[in-house]
Amino acid sequence: MPGMGRLSQEQIVFVLAVGLCAVFAVALPGFLTTNNVLNLVRSVSILGILGVAMGLVVIGRGIDLSLVALMAISVAWTLSLIEGGMPLPQAIAIGLAFSLFIGAVNGWFVAYVEIPAIFATLAMGTLVYGFGRYFLFDLDVVYMPPAGAPLLWIGQGTLMGVPVPIYLFAGVCLAGYLFLRYARAGRYLRAVGDNMLAARITGVPTRPTVVMQYVLSSLIGYLAGIITAASVASMNTRVAISTYVYDVILVVVLGGIGLSGGKGGIRNVIVGTLLIGVLLNGMTIMDIQYTVQNVIKGAILLTAIVIDTILNPRDEQTAQQGDI
Amino acid sequence: MRLIKTATLAAALALCGAAHAQEGIDDPTRAPYYDSFKGKKVAYVPVAMGFDLTEGWAAGLKEALEPLGVTFDIRDPNWSTDAGAQAITTLISEKPDVIVVHNPDVQSYARLLKKAEEAGIYVVQVNMRSSYSTDVFVGADYVGMGQQIGERLVEVCSPSKGGSGKVAITQGVLTAAASIYQMQGINNVLSKHPEIQLVSNQAADWDATKAKNIAATVIQQHPDLCAITGFWDVMDVGTAAAIKESGKNVYLLTQGGGNRMVCDGLANGTYSESVVYFVPGQARDMATMIKQLLQLKQPAGTTKTTLFTPLTFLRKDNMTAASCWDMPTKG
Repeated sequence: MPGMGRLSQEQIVFVLAVGLCAVFAVALPGFLTTNNVLNLVRSVSILGILGVAMGLVVIGRGIDLSLVALMAISVAWTLSLIEGGMPLPQAIAIGLAFSLFIGAVNGWFVAYVEIPAIFATLAMGTLVYGFGRYFLFDLDVVYMPPAGAPLLWIGQGTLMGVPVPIYLFAGVCLAGYLFLRYARAGRYLRAVGDNMLAARITGVPTRPTVVMQYVLSSLIGYLAGIITAASVASMNTRVAISTYVYDVILVVVLGGIGLSGGKGGIRNVIVGTLLIGVLLNGMTIMDIQYTVQNVIKGAILLTAIVIDTILNPRDEQTAQQGDI
Repeated sequence: MRLIKTATLAAALALCGAAHAQEGIDDPTRAPYYDSFKGKKVAYVPVAMGFDLTEGWAAGLKEALEPLGVTFDIRDPNWSTDAGAQAITTLISEKPDVIVVHNPDVQSYARLLKKAEEAGIYVVQVNMRSSYSTDVFVGADYVGMGQQIGERLVEVCSPSKGGSGKVAITQGVLTAAASIYQMQGINNVLSKHPEIQLVSNQAADWDATKAKNIAATVIQQHPDLCAITGFWDVMDVGTAAAIKESGKNVYLLTQGGGNRMVCDGLANGTYSESVVYFVPGQARDMATMIKQLLQLKQPAGTTKTTLFTPLTFLRKDNMTAASCWDMPTKG
């Protein structure tokens, strides 16, 4: 743990987010209003939920590059099943089962076949996307059919003035926090991520724990997918081949969950998500062009990492094998 | 007597003629017409298959060309400009007779298209043109379309008619022909109308979620926003969701190929208005031009034809059952 006067990356990012907030609040009229803040959080809540999924895997010293592809394909398939006349609950169950199955296969590849997670999930993402586009449905944007209307509330509804996706983001964060903190499986997950061999010696079922990580991530990913589909009444499967999954990793790493595993928690994801949310919202209000937005986003992220490296220099103790 | 003779003769002659007509006269243009298509190859390189425009064009071309004995071949780069460039490079060495190209942006394929023409392949561009003009371009006149959209925005939002004058634009990809030319057209009009204020001009990468987030923020900042114009109906599903959630009355002017989903969207209030370039019509234009090229047999690149697709501004009150077309079912 960093001592007094030393800020962790999470704190640095938090300070950056608050600082940006303050600047925007002064400079941009209408930034610090209840509605805009709600809108800001809503716009990144799906990213945040995916961040929790990715965060859990990364804490377990893995990475899930198939997260977004799996989300897009399983939800798009669900929508096309509903369109084909299948009852809503059944279609959701089938889509979810597909998602969980692929998650388990991912886990099996990583834990039992011992393929590095980055390759196993990268290949799986491509496979799932291709399989879905070729066998499961024809179009690359699948619309929410009228029979799926009850779902729309999840993405577009409000509860006591607050958009539903925000509650879901909060719920997923809370569940993730409780899981890591209190559930035995959650503590196993952190132990495996911190030091797999030591965990195995102490009797932690390491391989099943690794499989569980990927199943969890596919479960949370499916939920995020349903919210996405409900929010824009369609599922754009093109996100599977976009750089969206790197945005998710960015949120996780930016918040301070080290890719070397075992470190960090849900709070890091929230902080990382908030910084991205504040940035995107402020830049949209300022009507900054998309390409320029990317430049600014990249610059701020680099700044956060540089500050972290200066304040918390790496030494033999903190630098672990596999740290990227 | 003489009269009867003449009448009989005339009748006999007439009968003769009728008998000849029953045998039929062959249309002299038939054989060369069909011969000019036998064994010809047409290759199609869209930005990606799997959405209304490209599927509609493919279906239309197939329907028009395959019965004539033309082989129709689809190379799907699935949103990857690299894969598309590679497909065209491969095609240049395979030498089909015609390549139909849907450009992802104005630059990427320009040199390849020139090479293809030099190799003797006719090149037909559809809807999004490259900076290099080839034998045929079929598609919307985007500058003109932008101007018409600009004029519609002025009509709908002008403060003199009670509008707030505030409008927002959601583009697709900034470098796509559809975006660049349309912005030119819209700017042409808006520069003459200082009462119309462009409060936001953003690109959403053709993605509904990004479009939604942008629209939500813009409406938040400008509660009196009058209209949003988006550059693609599929993406504007997201814009529509943001408008619906805000509970505000924002005029959503979208555009697209006139698929059934647009008419449904206009009917249920998702969109206020849509500028439609009718995809089956474009497919027919392309097929006609390909037939002409193959019959004229001139070297590739000798003529340059542009066919701008007529535009329809569809609203709930002027659309009919025939305004939109249905996606061909695969099989």
